Order: sequence, then structure tokens, then C-alpha cells
Amino acid sequence: MNNVTPPADLLINLTGVRKAFRAPDRSERTVLEGVNFKLAQGEIVSLLGKSGSGKSTLLRIIAGLIKANGGEVLYRDKTINGPVKGIAMVFQSFALFPWLTVQQNVELGLEAQAVPADERVKRALKVIEVIGLGGFESAYPRELSGGMRQRVGFARALVMEPDVLLMDEPFSALDVLTAETLRGDLLELWQERQIPTKGILFVSHNIEEAVTMSDRVLIFSSDPGRVKAEIPVNLPHPRDTESPAFKAIVDEIYAIMTQQPQRAAGTPAEPLSLGYRLPEATPHRIEGMMETLAEEFNNGKADIPALAEQLELPDDTLFQLLEAGRLLGFISVEHGDVALLPAGHIYVESTDAKRKELFAEHLVHHISLATHIRRILDERRDHRAPEDRFLQELQDYLTDDEAERVLDQVINWGRYAEIFEYDYNSGFLSLPEEEEEKKEEAPPAPPPPPPPAASDAAPSA
Amino acid sequence: MRQNFIPPTINFNPNLRPNAWDLAALPLVLGILWLLAFGGMQMSTPYNIGDALTVSSDPLDLPYYLLRSFLRMAAGLAASLTFSIVYATLAAKSKYAEKILIPILDVLQSIPILGFLSITVTGFIALFPGNLMGVECAAIFAIFTSQAWNMTFSLYQSLRTIPHDLNEAAAMYRLSAWQKFWRLELPFATPPLIWNMMMSVSGGWFFVVASEAITVSGQTIMLPGIGSYISRAITDKNLAGIGWAITAMLVGILIYDQLFFRPLVAWADKFKFESIPGEELPTSWLLTYMQRTKLMRHIGAAPGLLWEISLPLFRRRHDGLGRPVHKARTLPWFDKAWNAFLALIAAYALLRLADFLKTSIGWEEVLHVFLLGLATAARVLILIAIASLIWVPIGVWIGLRPKLAQTVQPIAQFMAAFPANLMFPVAVILIQHFNASVEIWTSPLMILGTQWYILFNVIAGAMAIPTDMKDVGGNFGLKGWVRWKRLILPSVFSSYVTGAITASGGSWNASIVSEMVSWGDTTLMATGVGAYIADATAKGDFPRIWLGCCMLSMFVILFNRLLWRRLYRLAEERWRID
Repeated sequence: MNNVTPPADLLINLTGVRKAFRAPDRSERTVLEGVNFKLAQGEIVSLLGKSGSGKSTLLRIIAGLIKANGGEVLYRDKTINGPVKGIAMVFQSFALFPWLTVQQNVELGLEAQAVPADERVKRALKVIEVIGLGGFESAYPRELSGGMRQRVGFARALVMEPDVLLMDEPFSALDVLTAETLRGDLLELWQERQIPTKGILFVSHNIEEAVTMSDRVLIFSSDPGRVKAEIPVNLPHPRDTESPAFKAIVDEIYAIMTQQPQRAAGTPAEPLSLGYRLPEATPHRIEGMMETLAEEFNNGKADIPALAEQLELPDDTLFQLLEAGRLLGFISVEHGDVALLPAGHIYVESTDAKRKELFAEHLVHHISLATHIRRILDERRDHRAPEDRFLQELQDYLTDDEAERVLDQVINWGRYAEIFEYDYNSGFLSLPEEEEEKKEEAPPAPPPPPPPAASDAAPSA
Repeated sequence: MRQNFIPPTINFNPNLRPNAWDLAALPLVLGILWLLAFGGMQMSTPYNIGDALTVSSDPLDLPYYLLRSFLRMAAGLAASLTFSIVYATLAAKSKYAEKILIPILDVLQSIPILGFLSITVTGFIALFPGNLMGVECAAIFAIFTSQAWNMTFSLYQSLRTIPHDLNEAAAMYRLSAWQKFWRLELPFATPPLIWNMMMSVSGGWFFVVASEAITVSGQTIMLPGIGSYISRAITDKNLAGIGWAITAMLVGILIYDQLFFRPLVAWADKFKFESIPGEELPTSWLLTYMQRTKLMRHIGAAPGLLWEISLPLFRRRHDGLGRPVHKARTLPWFDKAWNAFLALIAAYALLRLADFLKTSIGWEEVLHVFLLGLATAARVLILIAIASLIWVPIGVWIGLRPKLAQTVQPIAQFMAAFPANLMFPVAVILIQHFNASVEIWTSPLMILGTQWYILFNVIAGAMAIPTDMKDVGGNFGLKGWVRWKRLILPSVFSSYVTGAITASGGSWNASIVSEMVSWGDTTLMATGVGAYIADATAKGDFPRIWLGCCMLSMFVILFNRLLWRRLYRLAEERWRID
């Protein structure tokens, strides 16, 4: 350790970091913009945010695997240009080499540095003991359970004696109990200083996990990604997930993550842009959520953490559901609370047939892309259109993958609402058959009015 | 013993649409072939190797001949392995190299191997005057070409599809390129590579047999080996000799299977990336024995020592904190210049070829050969259709009965490995005896060796139908044609296509030796491009050999693109069991 530590002996210091991905002949998509971040010695920091908010990209920039397009990325005051000796990473999918034994996997980094064999073996065996894999040195990854494989991942990282340990959703591929055990073990090693690591930074999708482990929680917004909020967690360890202080912090985080951009009261909301990144949520799940709200809570109003507990869904899925319900105009989300709107109450109390009608109505009124597709199909003489046509339009706003995903999502909703049909083999969208017949008989109707300004404004992609 | 032998990769260029480079590659490769042929043509006579080499017809010499054939196969394999590692690594790592290397490989895969032989043998002989080495090299080269392209493609595809997170881990722990290759890339590529190696070797016996007795320019040069033994037996009308040879071949393949194939596949299982717990693992008594003996373990330690020594020499010395490594930004004009350069060479090759065709051979003959090609193509299609009609139902029937499948699968693989050309003399005798039509009855010879690929692939496909799907079929009382249409055919479709592609490719190759067959002094010739090539080879007429090979290659390429790849893509998209 240094005798003189400069005022902020920061391990990691990011200033104004910017990252944009450029598609071959399309415009750039900015993933990170103006990110400022510091990691000091002795702290655990977690990054939370919705999918696509650039958290993993940021982690990889710090790891040296990706280069930032702007801003400064410093490790101990030196610029990071590639993977650095003092930084190690643990992966969500474990990333073990299947043809190497546990011991060989752990020795991987040491071997790459040409550390002599006997020293390698000594250090590896020691870490294997500490991490709790004693006796399994000669096992192959295929013989191990998920939790044990991640322990190998940890051992591989810790044997390098890194200053900074980066973790990319390290526990999300594990079942709840194993994840808890592993988290506890890691915290124990950290607190008892059994590992020389000085700082830990991890990305998580699980709010409770983040609050259990970290000293600071950073919440990211998406499109472009930047630090939306920073929540310090000053609770003493071991942290009780049922304690009021814990719950208060969790509540606050939920509220921030579901917060909508403010708009002046009374201004009409703009309709959604065509390229709005629709959330992933199936109609059946949205229905299930509304029913739960109506049945389990008074007046269909609930605190988001309470709803999360009822539904038992991973946080990310829940956020997508809430967004979907909000976009369609069935629920409102404000200040960490969910409430069923009158339309939602009517939906829950209707019969199945009526529900479909309502869903279709809301879909066409609130989701511009659905309206657009429907209008094009109405206008065309044979009431058919290839999906590529819409894909190309979406590609003006989004990357190719994202465009496909959004189109798939709107097709999913459209089919459920029976406002159009889709043939997977030919890739054509068409009006449902009974409606086509009706159109043959009646003269073509004038194009439907533009969607009413009842949808919320949302930043377009 | 692992029953599921569906090959892990189909060796196709991942881009389905032909791009500019495929068009460029064709004239380039054909041009190079022409150069070789032209060079051969310049030799006045192939070098005479003193006394014509006599091959004995004594059955007791067979073990020795078997050994020589095996050695040739081993040499070809070693050369293929080296070639594929170098070529595939280059293509995978360099964008510029990839642009031209992969289309060239594509074309090479389609060229008939025996066609290679005809063209290159005189060239090789000239390299080693006064020596049998030249001819040996030609034979080994033929074997090499039967294996190398498959293996290279497999390796190339593996290198390009390494799981992203493993790549990141290798980067995080700062493995150098050398370390990464031996610790990550090559092990990852090993299972499909070994599979392709074994399949190639199985198919290779055919070429070993075919290439040991080479008739060039009216002279027959024979290398000691099973193929030449048979060739001698054919000219002597020695039926007993044929019988002995077939027996020896059977024993030989059995030995190769137990001592080489199975242990290697069992060992390669260690590198498999995803393993399903409870899946039956391949075993080999030889491998288990070797892993238990102390001696073997000591021998196994030697590579480890070499590795340790190499580590400090090839490690990454600089940290990410050093000066930023400025990746030489590719100058935009370099890209265009490279493209233009390749296009120029291709165009030049095309012009020269057209000119050559016009002067040496004449367009009429080219048309004639084209029609011959159509004839052979018709044969291949009809035969594959017939073989499918026969073997698909049988394959499915066997595949749905696991116990039966376990016994039959190895037999089918064995039949696929057995060189069918050993059976050709029998066919000639029969045709002569019954005075049958040559056109029709030489055709089955083409498919004789390759139909087994359809069989064992369909068996594997039927075995892989998920049990719950079969249960649903039973539950809903699915019977007869409906069951076939809805359940079975879609499930086995992609395995069938895999088998059919291999069978079709093999049949094209076989056409060269099966459209012109002989017994004693009788030679039967059918109408087709294979016969054309074989005839031209016997006469030493290089321009025509070359023309025939080109035509054959183009047909194969067309077939592949228009028929097989589309079917495969269809199988992948519509009928994949996810």
C-alpha cells in the first residue's frame, strides 16, 4: 500500500464517457452519454437500470474490452486502453473453458503471465480452498452445478489478486438459494479482508440484491445511458431485507426506475413515435398483472415492491410489464405506485370476448406502430403487406436487431387483438379474413383519424 | 457408444447468396488447374520408372499392401491437418485473406478429386525423376484433397463461432494470440474437426483404392497397395484375388475403426462445449486402456513440457495501461485496390480460359461435354431419389427402435467407409453375363458407396426425435400417411438433407470411376462426363481432362447452390426442432 495516498486515490475514474455504436450505413446510436463515475477504495458499487441502458457496455469499457468514443477512463490515474493487470471480471454465464479442470481454469490468468508452475499451483490451490471448492480441483466444469461453476469464475478472478473486481450479473444465472449463499460468501470474504480486492463494481437486474450488497447504487437511464441517480446505502452488515430502512431504500429505487419524464400539467401528450422501443410483455401477462391488481389490492392501487412480491417476477420483467400496461392506457405509474385506471377496471370486469375488443381498441389508439400497420393494410387493395416494408421503416429509427424485436412485439399484440394476421412462412401481414370480406362489400372507409392525444410522451429511440 | 452421428457442422459458406467473390474464385481456380494441366501437357512422356512395377497377385502379400495403403492415408491426413490449421487461421483472422480464401475453398470442394489426380500426376512425377516418390505424392495429394477442404471449412467455421463470453474471458486474462489459439480456439474447434476428419477418412478409402493404379497417357503406373492389387486382379480376371482383397479391406477398416476412429472420437468428447448430463458418452476400450497405463501418462506429459516452455516466450508483455496501440486504420483506398486487384486477375484468367477453350478444343466439344454433364446429372438425381425412397423409410423404421439402431448404426457407417470400387468388377461381370444395358446398369455403381450416408443420417435423425413428440403422436392416434407427413418427415428432414448432400457429392466423384469400368480387356462405357474424364485420362489428353473436370465442377457447384443449400436452409428455418 502507498504511504501517501493522494486525496482521492480513486481506483476507477470516469469523466464524460461517451459510447456510440454505428450501424453500417445508418446513423449512430448513442449508448452512453456523459457518464461520470468514481470507484474509491473499500467500496462496493452496483449499477442498476433497464435492459439496454448501457450498464454492461460501461462495465466492458472499464474492463478494457471496448473503447469509449469520448471522455476519460482512468484506472489509478492512468488511461485504460485494454485489459489491465489490476482489474478482473466475473461473467454471467461463467465463461469457463469446458476442456480444462477447475484448477486449470483457475490458473488460466497466471499461466498467461508465465508465472512458474509451482507458484501457480500453490496460489490456485489456496484460492480454491478459500472460495469453497476444496476437493474439486480435478473436476471438469460439466461435473459441477451452476453455483460451483460460478465459484470457479470467482476463483479465477481472485487468484490474480486484482484491485478491482468487475461482475456482470454474476448471480442471475443461478437459482435463488445458490445466489444467496454465494452472495453471502462473497460479502464475508470482502469484510474479513480474506481477499486483497479493494473495490467491487457489479451490474445487476435485481434491486434487492443490489441493496443487500452495495455501499452505493447507481441507477442508469436508457437512450442514451447516463447516471440518473445515485443512492448511498449506509446500512450495517448483515442487512435485513425485512427491515424498514432496507425497504425504504428499495422503494425509492423502484420509484426512480419507473419515473416518467415530467411534463407541464395540461399540455397534451405527443403520440408515440413509430420507432418507440416497445416493452417485451405478452398480453396474457399484462392481463394477469391487471387481475392481480384488481383482486389483491384495494381499489387496484399498489406499491410497486408489493406488486413485485405478489407477482414473483424478476425485476426486469416487471418493469417491462408496467411499461406495457402504462402505454396501453390501462394503468398509471407514479411515484413508485401502480394504479389501475378506469379503463383497466372495465377490462378486468369484462368477458373474454369484450376484453379482446378493449385490447384492440387501446392498441390501435395508443401504439402508433399498430395504427400505422393497420392503416397501411386498410389502404392496400389486397390488404396484405410484407413485414420487410415495416422493418425498413423501423430501421430508420432503430438498429436492425431492435427493429426486428419491436416488429415482433407489435405483431404479437396485433395478433392477440386480432387486428391483423401474420404468416410466418411468407412473412406477410394481412387483415383478418372476416374483415377482408366486409371490406369487399362496403366501399373503402376513409382512413381512421390520427390517434387521440391520450398517450404519454416518451423519448423516441 | 455414441449413436448420434449427425455431423455438427455442414461445411457451407455461411453466405447463401453468391457474391462477387464466388464468381471471381471460379475462374481463378480453374485457371490454376489449367496451368497444371498445361504443364503436364508439356512433358513429352511421363517418366518411365525402369521396369514397370510389378504388383503381386499373391494373397499373402496383402497385409503389406494394406499397410502401404494405410501409410498413404496417414500421410494425406497429416498434410490435411497442417493445411487446414494454416489456411483456416489465416482466413479467420485476416479480413482481406478471408475475402478470397473462402470462395476458393468453396470451389475446391466441388472439384472432383479424381479429376485432380489425372491432372497432377505427371506434374508430380516430373518433380521426382527416377523415383516412385512422384507417383506416391500424386496419390497422397489425391487423398489430401478428399479431406483437406472439409476440415478447413470446419475449422474456419469453429474459429468464427467461438462463444462471445469465452473470447472476453481470454481477453480479460490477457492471453496472447498463441496462448489463445492453443487454450481456446483449437480445443473449441476439435470436436467438429475430428468428426470431419473421421468422415473424410471413411470416404477416403475410396480414393486410396482409386489412386494407387494410375493410368496416364496409355501407361499404367502401380503403387504397392490394395488398389493396385485389385487393379492387377481386374486385368488378370482373377476373381479369387478380388475376394481376398475385399476381405483384407474389411479387416483393415475394422482395425482402423477400433484403433483409431473410436479412441479419437472418445477423446474429443472432452472438448465438447455443451454436454447434456446423462447423454451416453462415446467410449473406446483402447482409450480407456491408454489412460490407465503409466507409460502413456508419461508420454502424455511431453507436450505439457513444451507448452510450459513456450509460455514465457509468447506471452503478452504489455498491460492495457501502456501506450494505446493504434490499430492501423484500414485506408479506404486499400480496400478498393485489393478488390480491384482480385477482380483483374479473375477477369484475366477468364479471358485466357475462354481463349484456350476456343483454340484447343472448340466450342462444339464444350457443348458436347455439357450435354454429357447433363446426362450424369440426370443419373445422380434419379439415383438419389431412388435411394431416398428406399432408405428413408428403412432408416426411420430402424431409428424409431433404439436397440436395433444401436446395432445397425456402426454397420451402416462401416458400409459407408468400405470402398465401393472393390465391387465394380463384380458388376462388370454381371452386366456382361446378362447382356444388360450399360447405360442403366452402371449407374447403381455411382450410388453404391454413398447411399449409406443417407441411411445412417436418417437413422440418427429418427433417433433424435424428441420422445414427447412421439408420445403425442401415439396419444392422438396418428397413423399411416398422416403420421409420416406431420410427424416423421419434418423431423428427419434436416438429417436427410445432410445425408443427401454427402451422398450426392460422393456420387459425382464416383462417376469418374463408375461410368467407365473394366474387367480384363472388356471396358464398358456409359454416356456421361465421368466416362469422358476417365477416357481422356487414359489417353493422356490434358485439355480434355481439364475441360471435363471444369464441367463436372460447375455442375456440382450449381447443384449445391440451387438445390441442396436451399433445401438445407428450408430445413433449418421451418423444420428445426428447437
